[in-house]
Order: sequence, then structure tokens, then C-alpha cells
Amino acid sequence: MNKTVLTVDDSRTMRDMLMLTLKNAGYRVVQAVDGAHGLEVLAGETADIIITDINMPRLDGFGFIEGVRQDPRHRATPILVLTTESDGEKKTRARNAGATGWIVKPFNPDKLVDAVRRVAA
Amino acid sequence: MDPLEAIKATFFQECDELLADLESGLLELEGGGGDIETVNAVFRAVHSVKGGAGAFGLEPLVRFAHVFETTLDDMRSGKLATEPAAVKVMLRAADVLADHVSAARGQGVVDEAGSLRLVAELKALCNGGAAEVAGTDAGEEVVMVDTEVEDDGFGDFDFTPVLVEIEAPAEAAPVDASGLPTWRIGFKPSRAMYAKANETALLLRELDRIGACHVTLDTGALPDFDALDPEESYFAWVIEIETDQGEAAIREVFEFVEDDCEITLEAVGASPAFDIPLAPLDAPPLAAAPAVEAEAEPAPAAPDSDVMALLERAKLAAAEIQATAPTPTPTAPPRAAAAATPAPAAAAALHPADGGDAKTAAGTTIRVDLERVDRLIDLVGELVINQAMLTQRVGESGLARSSTVSVGLEDLEHLTREIQDSVMAIRAQPVKSVFQRMPRLVREVAAMTGKQVRLTTEGENTEVDKTVIERLSDPLIHMIRNAIDHGLEKPETRIAAGKPAEGVVKLCALHRSGRIVIEVSDDGAGINRDRVKQIALDKGLIAPDATLTDEETDNLIFLPGFSTAATVSDISGRGVGMDVVRRQVQALGGRISITSIPGKGSTFSLSLPLTLAVLDGMVVGVSGHTLVTPLTAIIETLQPKTNDVRLLGPNGAVLAVRDAYVPLVDVGAVLGYRKGPTDWTAGVVLLVESEVGGRAALLVDAIQGQRQVVIKSLEANYQRVEGIAAATILGDGRVALILDVDALIDVRRKDARRSATPPAARLPLAS
Repeated sequence: MNKTVLTVDDSRTMRDMLMLTLKNAGYRVVQAVDGAHGLEVLAGETADIIITDINMPRLDGFGFIEGVRQDPRHRATPILVLTTESDGEKKTRARNAGATGWIVKPFNPDKLVDAVRRVAA
Repeated sequence: MDPLEAIKATFFQECDELLADLESGLLELEGGGGDIETVNAVFRAVHSVKGGAGAFGLEPLVRFAHVFETTLDDMRSGKLATEPAAVKVMLRAADVLADHVSAARGQGVVDEAGSLRLVAELKALCNGGAAEVAGTDAGEEVVMVDTEVEDDGFGDFDFTPVLVEIEAPAEAAPVDASGLPTWRIGFKPSRAMYAKANETALLLRELDRIGACHVTLDTGALPDFDALDPEESYFAWVIEIETDQGEAAIREVFEFVEDDCEITLEAVGASPAFDIPLAPLDAPPLAAAPAVEAEAEPAPAAPDSDVMALLERAKLAAAEIQATAPTPTPTAPPRAAAAATPAPAAAAALHPADGGDAKTAAGTTIRVDLERVDRLIDLVGELVINQAMLTQRVGESGLARSSTVSVGLEDLEHLTREIQDSVMAIRAQPVKSVFQRMPRLVREVAAMTGKQVRLTTEGENTEVDKTVIERLSDPLIHMIRNAIDHGLEKPETRIAAGKPAEGVVKLCALHRSGRIVIEVSDDGAGINRDRVKQIALDKGLIAPDATLTDEETDNLIFLPGFSTAATVSDISGRGVGMDVVRRQVQALGGRISITSIPGKGSTFSLSLPLTLAVLDGMVVGVSGHTLVTPLTAIIETLQPKTNDVRLLGPNGAVLAVRDAYVPLVDVGAVLGYRKGPTDWTAGVVLLVESEVGGRAALLVDAIQGQRQVVIKSLEANYQRVEGIAAATILGDGRVALILDVDALIDVRRKDARRSATPPAARLPLAS
């Protein structure tokens, strides 16, 4: 039974990267283009792990994480935040919103899969 | 293709879109429009370019994007105002970013000095607008940026930049019987840790990966069932782990949770001084601390050094943890939900269609290889020809027009026409992609000439065939350069003439009678006709006694070898004149014309076919040959009467059409099908309008009908022939030539002028 990963990122490149890496690692991947779309997708889909960008149009990563955590079905779904910023402020904000962990961009495939494994039941 | 290469290709495509968004956003800000969302969008564009570039290790691009992003972030947070001066710097930075993207793509090189200068300017903006940056300063700034970027972790990826200060004890773990250092970890998660979907079992699993674990669960803090809060965290663990991977590897396991738990890490048997708590001091008091202390027995020197046995034990411990987990309740504490994940996952698998949501919502467009579309277009072209042939055969077979075959054929014709239109629509693209490149050009040329220029665009969503778009760029660039360099005046001159210092160049696209018209206009001085005439004379392009209309004078600038700039400037020409532009446009089956009002400005207008593949034509016969005249050029057809024809010169003539005289062109004579005096009343006349606005009457023998024809390039298959635009295949399988109406009129005009000028005084007329 493959685990499903929802990736939320407004960059097509990043979505493709995540898709390629996660598929090769044996995950099923569902994509969304921004936070608002991510919540829409989650309404009809259950994800085992969520990976989300922070800077996105319509609904940013923080808002998206809060939205996910408000849904009883996804209170305990691990959420990894993609971030290029190394500054702790973004990390802290994401954690306060309910993020489980983070992945610093640019990631290499091993590190990504590693981080997903670490939080995936 | 290697999937990574494919993603890289996607990245560059995305970059193009992002750069376009960036530019339009900045332009909006420059024009005083836009709000915080515009700034956000601009920021995101640069951010995404940087993110993708980082993934592919495109260092120079990442570095520049980083500085740019930092400045934009200041603008986003309100530290930097969106004032025109700052936005201007950003626009230029956007240009350099585009250069970096091209360079990363392997196209062109980046002007390093310019890039460094902009880095300095961007940094200056951040530092409170101290725009004056000396050259050496710029160098220093850049070095600073370099180190900053490396600090940001763009080099090798590293999860744990935190742990530097704990070096001393890291080496100190004693070695036990198994030959591996042993560590003892005290771990007490907080409620917050579970709320973020972190999970002790997973942490233990991770620890198990790096070494053999002995796990002890402390349930001392667990209250009575009545008092149990299902979401509270009551347990603490002590884990003894044998690993040679060092402290950093252990800390890494706890990286995500270190702020939401109390954790102690010590080398077993080492002095308490090495016990360095990672937990924040303001964390709740360690409830299980006494228990941990109590269990701090001497290291169980791993009686069974068998690693597998240890692993077994760790697994048992994990099972134990699961078993003693807080009772699941309807409120679904994190642990219960985590255990339940297989069920929803299975549910998801039962509805695979749901997975499609993301895709459909992500966009309803598909990418298709251009070759496939072109193949389809070719096939449809063949279909059109085939259908025409069939129609002809059926017509020849003498079937009645009302017969079912004929009626069916008519339907087929409609269908074919619709298929053709639809296929053409696939290739149609808005001219936006070309227009978008112009603002940058305008900025550059304006900077080089010291003129102030504002570019306005209109109708950028006008669609035209992809091939046309691709080949539109060069002539447009040329015309815009020309408009700024030659058209607009210097600011002082403009002010003296009572105009605003800032000149306006307008770029406008629209559909007009089946063609696309693109106009480049400026509000400059207009064409100096005396000077143009003088230059043309000096260069021997016109006869000294030639009488030229204003329109004809203006069109002199399209003659080869004509260049009004005293010195060949780097901007408008790189030594290339407007004649090249005209040739490029003609190669597209288009026309270029100019109108100019002294003191008010000039307008160049390009008229191009929407597609290079089909044409509606009037099929005519001339001296036994079949020719096609583009229908768009024809205004009306008429039978010339003797009274209406006025002879002019030895073999010229004009035709009176209502209140005006238009030149009569004998197509057969111009194309060399026949010689000698023309019988002007023998055939039919097509009254045509040329792109420059002039009218003419083309004399042909007979009209055979109207037809849609598939254009086959004559140049590609034979060579360019003056007066002929292209060729086509008719229903009967014969090749027919498609007339180039403007060129025909031109040829006729030149002939007339030639014969009107005495040979001795005649100067070479270039064409």
C-alpha cells in the first residue's frame, strides 16, 4: 500500500521535482498549486504526508497548515514545510501553525525522502 | 529524455513565465498602480526562480536572485517604499535576472560588471537608498553577498547547523563491550509535539536505524483514568543507544521536535557535566525527571553484544509503547489517528479518480509537440486540396447541383473549412509573448540615447500564428529602436517644442480584415522629408527631378542603402536599415507602411497574414495561366469601359473608377506572359487596395471563382519571384501562382517611372 503525499507548491518545477523524487521512492503523489487549492484537494483526498511551500498566491503555507490542522481528519497528518529561507522566523511561524518538520531547499532526493520517512507513520 | 533534464526544461519554461510576471508586476508598480499583492507576486516570481535554480545548482543565478529577493522582501515588508526610483532599479535587475536565466540555459553570457553593479544597487536600496556606490564598494558588497549565500546553505545540504557549541562531549562517549559508544537519551515530549503530528514511535524507529536501542518507558506521570486528558502527554522515555555515528546523528533525529520536548543526552558513564539539556529553559518542568534520574543506573554493558538481539528488544519496546498508549477516544488523539492511517489510505485507493482533482484544477491546457500540430496542419492542407479536387471532378461529371453528391460535397466543404480554422487556432498565440520583450528594449535604448521614453501597448491578446509571432520579433525590435533613436527628440528639444519631456512609443496590435496589423507609433518629430529626399538624392536612390508625394518620400527610408543617421549608431541599426525590416516583413507575406506628421510623430504599420498556411483567393486566368489573387486585397471587380480608360505614356493607363483615377496594371504584361500594347477593355479588372493605402486596378482575362487555397512557399521550393507571393495546388492538380498585389503595383510603378525618365538622366532605381 503506497503512502500518499500531497505536495503544495506554486512552482511547476518544484512540483515536478517533488513528484519525480517521491514517485521514485514509491510514494503516490497528489499535487496542488497553492494553499487554497491544497485544501480543495484535501477535501476529496486523504494524504498520509503533506509537503508544502510557504510563499504561494491565494493562500500561503502558514494559512494552509492552519487550515489542514483545523480539519479533524488531518490533525495528525505530518506536514513538512519547504523553505529556502534559513531564518528561524519562518520555521517558527510554520511550527506554530502546526508544521511537523521542514525541508530546506534546495533539497537532494535522499534528504527529501529521508525527511518524509522520518515523519511518516 | 532524462526526467531531470525534462524538469530542467520545465524550469526554464517556468522562468520565462515568471520573468514575464515579474516584469509586468514591476511595470504596474512603476506606473503607480498595484498593491501589496502585486509586490507579493513580484517577490514570489524571483523566489521561485531562485528555488528552482537552487535545485539545479545554478550558482550565479541563485546568487543574483538571492540579492534581488532580499531587496524585494524589504519592499514586501514595507521597509522599502515602492517609489519609482527603486522600481526602476528593480526593472533593470529583472533584466539582469533574465540574462542570468539565459546564461544558465546556455544562451548568451551575463554582463558580469553590470550584474555586480546591480547587486550593489540592490544592496544600496536595502541599506536605505544610498544609491551612490563606488566601483570598489560594489566589489566588496558582492563578496559579502557571496558569503551570505553560502551561509544560507546553498552549498551542501545540512540538516543540523545548530549543534556546534557542544563539540567537547561529542567525542566522549565511552566504548562498551560491543565496541560501540553508548549514549543515554532522556526524552519527555510535550503536548505540543503531538499536536504537530510528531510521533514518539517514529523517533524511536529513527533511533533504531542508527544503532541498537534499549528503551525504557516511564509511565509514572500517568494519572488515574478519570483524570486522564486524552491529548496530554504523560510518558517519558529513556533510550540507551549504541552507535558510532556520534551525537550529531542522535540530535538530528530529534531535530523537528527539540523545541517541543525535554531532552537530555549523555554519554553513558560520563560525568554529569556532559549532560547538556537541549530543552528550552522555559519549557514545563520535567515531570518524569525523577524517574529518569532513578533509572540512571550504570550502563547495562550490553550483555548480549548481538546487534540483532538488541534490535529485537528495541522493537519489543516499541510494541510496548504502542500497547500502553493513551486510550483512543472519539476526539482522536494524534497517536490513534496515526495508527489509523492505513484505513484512510485504503479509502483513497478506492477512489483513484480523486487523484485527478489536482490535475484538472491545475490547468486545462495540455502541451503538445509542435511537430504533431504541424503534421496535422499539413494533413488538413492535403485534405483541402483533395476536397477541392473532388468538387472539381464532380462538377466535371455533369451531376446536377441539387444531386445528393453535390449537396454532400458542400457539407464536406464546410466541415473542411471548420477543421482548418480549428487547427489554425491551435497554432494561434497572442502577440503578448513578443510584446513582453519590448519594455526591456525600450529601457535599454532609452538609457543609451539619453531619452525619456514610455512604452504603451495595446491589443496584446491579439492572436496570430506561431510562426508569424516567432518571426515578428526582429522587425519589431528594429522598428522600436528606430522610433526611439530617430523618432523621438531629446528631452530638451521636446520641452522646447512644448511637449512633455517623456516621449511615448505605442505598440498596438489589432485584427483587420483577416490580417493582423501591428503599429509602432511615436510622438516624436515626424519624418524630416526634405532631409530624407536630400539623402536619397545624395545616395543616388532617386532621380534629381523626381516628383514625389509625401507618402512616397516617407517610403524612401525603406530603400536599401538608406540610413538617415549621420553615423551608424549602435542602436538603430547595427548598420542595418529599414529595408531589412521591410524584407523580413515581406518574407512573412506582410507589408510595412509609414505615415508621418511633422512635429506630431510617425506611425509604422505592419500588416501580416494571420496564418502562413491558407488563404482565401480569387482564381483568375491570365494568358492561359491560372493565378490566385488574395481576396483580402480585392475591393471590387468590374468590366472596364472604353470611356473610363485613359492612356498614359507609351504603355501605361489609368482607369476612372467613380470620381477617381487609379493606375491600371496589366498583370499579364507585368509578369511577362505577354508583350505589346494591351487591350485594356478585353478583360476584367480587379480593383485592389494595397497596404500603403493606394488603389490600383489589375487587368486579368477572366475570373474563375473564389477558393480557399493552401499556401506552398515558392521561395522554399523554387526561388523568390517578384510580383508573386507563393504558389498553391488547385483542385485539378495544377500549380497556380499567388499574386503579391503590392509588389505588382510597385513593379508597374517603377516601370512607368523608368519609361518616363530619359535614359541619360536615369539613376539606378534600387529595389
